[in-house]
Amino acid sequence: MIDAEQASGNARVNNPIYRRRVWLNRFNMAMSMATMAFGMIFLIWILITLFGKGFAAFGPQLFTQMTPPPGSDGGLANAIFGSVLMVGASVLIATPVGIMAGIYLAEVGRDNWIAKVTRFVNDILLSAPSIVIGLFVYSLIVFQVKHYSGWAGAVALAIIAVPVVVRTTENMLMLVPNSLREAAVALGAPTWKVVLKVTLKAVRGGVITGILLALARVSGETAPLLFTSLNNQFWSTDMNAPMANLPVVIFQFAMSPYEDWQRLAWAGALLITLTVLLLNILARTVFRQKTQ
Amino acid sequence: MDAASTRSFALQDAIFARSTQFFAMLVLVTLLAILGSLVYGAWPTITQVGPKFLVDGAWDPVRSLFGGLAPLWGTIITATIAMIIAVPVSFGIAIFLTEMCPPVLKRPLGTAVELLAAIPSIIYGMWGLFVFAPLFGEYVQPALTATVGKLPIIGILFQGQPIGIGVLSAGIILSVMVIPFTASVMRDVFETTPAILKESAYGLGATTWEVMWNVVLPYTKTGVVGGVMLGLGRALGETMAVTFVIGNAYNISLKLFDPGNSIASSLANEFNEASDPLHLSALISLGLVLFLLTFCVLAASRWMLSSLAKREGKRT
Amino acid sequence: MAFQVSLGDTAVAERTATKLKINNLNFFYGSFQGLRNISLEIPEKQVTAFIGPSGCGKSTLLRVLNRMYSLYPGQRAEGEVLFNGQNVLDPKYDLNALRGSVGMVFQKPTPFPMSIYDNIAFGVKLYESLSKSDMDERVEWALKKASLWTEAKDKLSQSGLSLSGGQQQRLCIARGIAVKPEVLLLDEPTSALDPISTARIEELVSELRTDYTIVIVTHNMQQAARVSQHTAYMYLGELVEFTPTAQIFVKPKDKRTEDYITGRFG
Repeated sequence: MIDAEQASGNARVNNPIYRRRVWLNRFNMAMSMATMAFGMIFLIWILITLFGKGFAAFGPQLFTQMTPPPGSDGGLANAIFGSVLMVGASVLIATPVGIMAGIYLAEVGRDNWIAKVTRFVNDILLSAPSIVIGLFVYSLIVFQVKHYSGWAGAVALAIIAVPVVVRTTENMLMLVPNSLREAAVALGAPTWKVVLKVTLKAVRGGVITGILLALARVSGETAPLLFTSLNNQFWSTDMNAPMANLPVVIFQFAMSPYEDWQRLAWAGALLITLTVLLLNILARTVFRQKTQ
Repeated sequence: MDAASTRSFALQDAIFARSTQFFAMLVLVTLLAILGSLVYGAWPTITQVGPKFLVDGAWDPVRSLFGGLAPLWGTIITATIAMIIAVPVSFGIAIFLTEMCPPVLKRPLGTAVELLAAIPSIIYGMWGLFVFAPLFGEYVQPALTATVGKLPIIGILFQGQPIGIGVLSAGIILSVMVIPFTASVMRDVFETTPAILKESAYGLGATTWEVMWNVVLPYTKTGVVGGVMLGLGRALGETMAVTFVIGNAYNISLKLFDPGNSIASSLANEFNEASDPLHLSALISLGLVLFLLTFCVLAASRWMLSSLAKREGKRT
Repeated sequence: MAFQVSLGDTAVAERTATKLKINNLNFFYGSFQGLRNISLEIPEKQVTAFIGPSGCGKSTLLRVLNRMYSLYPGQRAEGEVLFNGQNVLDPKYDLNALRGSVGMVFQKPTPFPMSIYDNIAFGVKLYESLSKSDMDERVEWALKKASLWTEAKDKLSQSGLSLSGGQQQRLCIARGIAVKPEVLLLDEPTSALDPISTARIEELVSELRTDYTIVIVTHNMQQAARVSQHTAYMYLGELVEFTPTAQIFVKPKDKRTEDYITGRFG
């Protein structure tokens, strides 16, 4: 009885349901490949444009000359310097804050309500619109002191960098096996020593990865700097004054009608992209080496 | 160990716990402070314009008219266009990366997608303005108007000035920016499916597509939706990719070729030039609306992603 | 230590027609050879057990029979596996049709993320388009066959995950049977289950033998003794001995088999 019902391999293949399934599968797999190609084409196109236009305007003058008025030659030296200064300051602020908060989440608070709420809030801040952070720092600092400043820019960037450091620090600490903690505690060491000297040390590579990722993330941020550091045509080392920076210069120059400004914008865009990609690759390498 | 040193250990640990807690609270307080400062800044608008702000489309700083509907409309429309394109494409890419990709290419392509997600958005904006928009305006928009533009009902979407920049262009550039991001989240989520579950479906004779659609997708659905919402949060709040190509016009139109404005692009274009306190306040109100909007989307996304993570934890 | 096995159905080991014939099979994980020159005839409508220490290749051999390994690049098989006279390792042999005829159940229960009903209907829909009432009948038939009907009939629309571990595994067996395969491959089906659920699965295997050719991989010798008629002992990727179960446990031919079943192994 059942023998008769049992379809042989051939009957399974030679029936319309089966043929339809096979075709549907082929079609959808072809579509999947097409979407991959679609995504890749756009992204390669963008990179080719960026490299083509960026390299055309690339040269040593980028690093030695100031941003020019329209119609004359110049470079991006003041903007590069300003960016390095603000990004550096922001990461210097964000690193201790982020690591300490990350330690709290992974080692101290764990599942208490403060840790839970903080984790939630941190995830929101991680993807919060950066322009809103710019607005916030504008109200907090610029509006109070009545002028734009490099410090305001650095604070805005730090607010963006902190969640990245918190997230990676916590994730890395969670990877530490409990047996390591227990071994240290069993020696009678106080918690803070266990955390700082044992667990944090064990995930040093991961924490450095987090800092590098934060660096990469803030290096390309434009929106929060528009209302905080603004821009400065001249060389300035005063963090209390408006400060030139690459993203805002690129924005202004690219939106301008002047061709030489647009060329500089492309050069700056290439510079930023290379920096961000390099930092990302570096972060991966560190992560892979230190966590093996 | 003597009692004194044990006591000092306890004290040290209490100090340590408090100080790390302080920094965790700092993160928490930052969010509250952002919300507080936005509400404070928006207060004049809230009291003088009121809820009408959200439904009034007239924005004219010269005549002190501040209705926020146009940029809100632009924000939602551009993000919707972006997600309509990005979701299926990211889904396809994630399937390719998890199930179809030759093993030699799996890592390089996966890494490439992740790296592309890290490219600063201003690059997408510039490319949109200088490369995409001219070609789009010259070739694609006239062709769209001549074909789908003639259809009833949806035809109106594909009409307007074919100048390359506008709401549709902004949506497309946004989608290109969001795709690598959503695709890599989806891939990560798909890879949480236990191999043995996929094998069971293959073991019944299911095709790759059937395994993905009937088993992997239902198994990971909350995670996939969470990833999509995360992408949506990005698209709603994105400034630079949009500002370059949206056209900067306060305009509420169904014609997607028309220039428009999003909340972020309005802020980027006008905030530094606003001097009238009510104008500033209206802009901050837009920021508040954007913040609340993305907050809801991100909160939902986070909730969904964490419920997937929790189930993962229970299973293994 | 004397090792006593109770032989269950083993007495009925009889020569029936060969369902699967494996000829000179070699299997590779990249450059590592997982199986060496295996030749074996699996008889129809009998239970054949693969036993051996972990890493001996018993699961690998099972996964060759429905070409499950082909999901993973770098794994390849050489030789022949004849199923009803056709070589299933031939790339031209249709993979989906093969898996429709050769069902598989895994170490852990793997209910799909859908209702109990849909778990069973899923596989059936791949090959047949049935009316609602025919499908209902088929689902009931499969659940009865897997002796899960009485427990599940009132919650067919609930998630498959709402069942207990042992019930989930029986659901997976029902799902495999529902597509009406000829062969059932069981890869350590009870390794994640408690003793009571294990006993029910073993009973079920014995019942299913009347309709299906069953191949079971197990790390548990008593289980092999209880449910199988033929046993293959494997060691380091080689087939050491393949005889009726009654014989292998009482009078193994090979010294290595004897060491293993008497517990002197490693």
